[in-house]
Amino acid sequence: MSTDRLLDPLILSRLQFVWVVAWHILLPAFTVGIASYIAMLEGLHAWTKNPVYLRISKFWIRVFAVTFGMGVVSGIVMPFQFGTNWSRFTDAVSNVVGPLFAYEGLTAFFLEAAFLGVLLFGRKLVPPWAHFVAASMVALGTLLSTFWILAVNSWMQTPRGYTVVDGRFFPASWVDIIFSPSFPYRLAHVVSGFYVTTAFVVLAVAAYTLRKGRFPDEGRVMMRMALGFLTLFVPLQIVLGDMHGLNTLEHQPAKLAAMEGLWEGGQGVPASLFGFPDQKAETNHFEITVPKLGSLYLTHHWDGAVKGLKDFPADERPPVIVVYWAFRVMVGAGLAMLAIVGVGWLLRWSGRLYTTGWYLRGLQWAGPLGFIAVLAGWTTTEVGRQPWTVYGLMRTADSVTPSLTGGDVILSLLMYMAVYLLIYPTGLLLLRRIVRNGPLDHDAENDTPVESGRPAQPVVALPLAQLPEGHAAEGHTP
Amino acid sequence: MNGPMLDLVGVWTVILGAGVFFYVLLDGFDLGVGMLYGLNPDSTSRGIIMNSIAPIWDGNETWLILGGLALLAAFPLAFAIIIPALYFPVLLMLLALIFRGVAFEFRFKDKEHRGFWDNAFAYGSAVATFAQGTVLGAFIQGFQVEGRQFTGGSFDWLTPFSVMTGVALMAGYTLLGAGWLILKTEGGLQDWARVQGRRALILVLVGIGIVSLWTPYAEPDIAQRWFTWPNIIFLAPVPLASAVLAWATWRSLGRDHHAWPFVYGIGLFITAYLGLAISLWPNIVPHRYSLWDAASSESTQAFLLVGTLFLLPIILLYSGWSYWVFRGKVKADAGYH
Repeated sequence: MSTDRLLDPLILSRLQFVWVVAWHILLPAFTVGIASYIAMLEGLHAWTKNPVYLRISKFWIRVFAVTFGMGVVSGIVMPFQFGTNWSRFTDAVSNVVGPLFAYEGLTAFFLEAAFLGVLLFGRKLVPPWAHFVAASMVALGTLLSTFWILAVNSWMQTPRGYTVVDGRFFPASWVDIIFSPSFPYRLAHVVSGFYVTTAFVVLAVAAYTLRKGRFPDEGRVMMRMALGFLTLFVPLQIVLGDMHGLNTLEHQPAKLAAMEGLWEGGQGVPASLFGFPDQKAETNHFEITVPKLGSLYLTHHWDGAVKGLKDFPADERPPVIVVYWAFRVMVGAGLAMLAIVGVGWLLRWSGRLYTTGWYLRGLQWAGPLGFIAVLAGWTTTEVGRQPWTVYGLMRTADSVTPSLTGGDVILSLLMYMAVYLLIYPTGLLLLRRIVRNGPLDHDAENDTPVESGRPAQPVVALPLAQLPEGHAAEGHTP
Repeated sequence: MNGPMLDLVGVWTVILGAGVFFYVLLDGFDLGVGMLYGLNPDSTSRGIIMNSIAPIWDGNETWLILGGLALLAAFPLAFAIIIPALYFPVLLMLLALIFRGVAFEFRFKDKEHRGFWDNAFAYGSAVATFAQGTVLGAFIQGFQVEGRQFTGGSFDWLTPFSVMTGVALMAGYTLLGAGWLILKTEGGLQDWARVQGRRALILVLVGIGIVSLWTPYAEPDIAQRWFTWPNIIFLAPVPLASAVLAWATWRSLGRDHHAWPFVYGIGLFITAYLGLAISLWPNIVPHRYSLWDAASSESTQAFLLVGTLFLLPIILLYSGWSYWVFRGKVKADAGYH
């Protein structure tokens, strides 16, 4: 029995998918936001000519270069997973989701890749406006990528606009396929979540910079920008999360019941605050509940009706304990973020934001909070989708590649594990080094020697672009 | 099968064929540059070699994703059969591309382990290329298929022929890489690249020769396509052009040409690619499913085509611009982002 499970190509393929996606998602969770931040800083610098923005931008471009490269190579792995390990899924759904994947490549990947080179290496080769355009195009590319991949994911969660012929899905309406019911909510919640994740990283780096006292101007600007942004986006993200949850209640009630740990449906259902769901016994152990509260926040009515897990056949329920706890981790992270922003404002009003040691230290620890929330949220929605790949229509068990043996997949999984466990910690170490060096204007240690190969004489005009940066007077904080 | 569907499949065949060829060409030269990096022990030269592709490799590799995704969207049955059959070569290629991709940044920033990342870059390029070459060999030999699924074993791809095509592709990409370095560098490094280019060319010609003799020998259909009247007249220009281009490449590698070795090398790849396409036409799962059998629905192909015809020219335009920004010879002097 245990060897069967150990060598089951289905379970191993799922583990492999979890492994490669979970590591990959950490990178877009950061690069989507930081690309927009860099574009904004480049724009602010072009507009105000304040060199502080330029130094901050250059610093984050260094970080971006490492994270984006890792995101690209770990991302190339993803589409091939559908072929190597999930070929029956691919055969069944490609007529519907294939173009969405392809449009991600066409609209996003090329845009990012082409302008990334200019963003990283072309500052002295193109005029400032072109460099700003490059930064903006990279940022736009990351957002378009998010758009398409979430369109695919949302279709798997709430499929619409298809017909089924011989067990395969065919398109009936492209608008319905792309804009499936969960898509707008998922897109808003994810993009906002990625931005919040990035802002907490910026906040943590700003706090570190201020504590070290080496780059006070840059530290303050980063902190003020990040805190201001989060003041808007943390509450917004919580509202978007609630709307997304209500959408799940409508379209994926079994997932919602698992998130709530709700076995018995009915009217006036309780809210479960804490507990250990038991899939077999169909109950929660050591549970703490608040009567009627569940109905109130799910239906906005004390006596609203909500379906419980027992309303669904046992083989159509997701693994409840995983979904239940992942959801609580995500909500917990969100509330912690709200508290951090609130405390930040209290300190700011009393003029101690940049000098309160314990708060700055706390912000450093809170740096990974967004990543935790993203992983937990992703676990909630993806494990909550089980046991389906196409919700309610195609089972995960029927999606795996039939020719694979357990030995094949265990070998590939071990290789992916070995490589990622080497690459990711190394990347993290290098990022730490960049952060320690801080927003230096010229960072000899961390800047990639350039590349440019343009001969000097045929360069067109643009004397401004040729001026060494940092020429302007020492930066002041506005 | 009605009229418009025929047209769509034809158009998608051209787009996919062109996309895959663009990948082979673009990532081909930068994987080749990666292998040449491993062959050159001089650290100044290594800096220049890597810098010659640092701003563009990412865009080049994007064509791999486009090729994969276009296959998935336009010919999903082929994707669902071929990719599982190539489970391990694809895995090897992906892992090698990871090592090679992160080496661009890690090499500069992880100074204590620079030697390790140098190797990751060189061997990553070599292994990725070898894996792609075995994919080509396995593809030519065909796969065991029942219904809509691959039913063979996960090591069926490993044959003497696929190992040979793996090695031949390493030589082929090295030839393109040498052409690129000749274009982008000067002096001693350029001379060195010319010598490497000639060595690679010899291996490439041996590889092309073996494939050209082995495939008609092993597959009577292919022999019939090439060697019967009147095909032999119509198709003769392909091998003849190959021979002329091979000679031109060899000659220009020995002269003070900067761009021509790269151009002729590309020409040689075009003729080899055309030759394979002629041999395998009209199948996309060789010996089993034609392009039309494997095509996605008309609505799927049409929906994707509208955007593709609009986006591809724009992509070519701004990708071309980013190459233009980094035109000219690569200098050794250091700067920063």
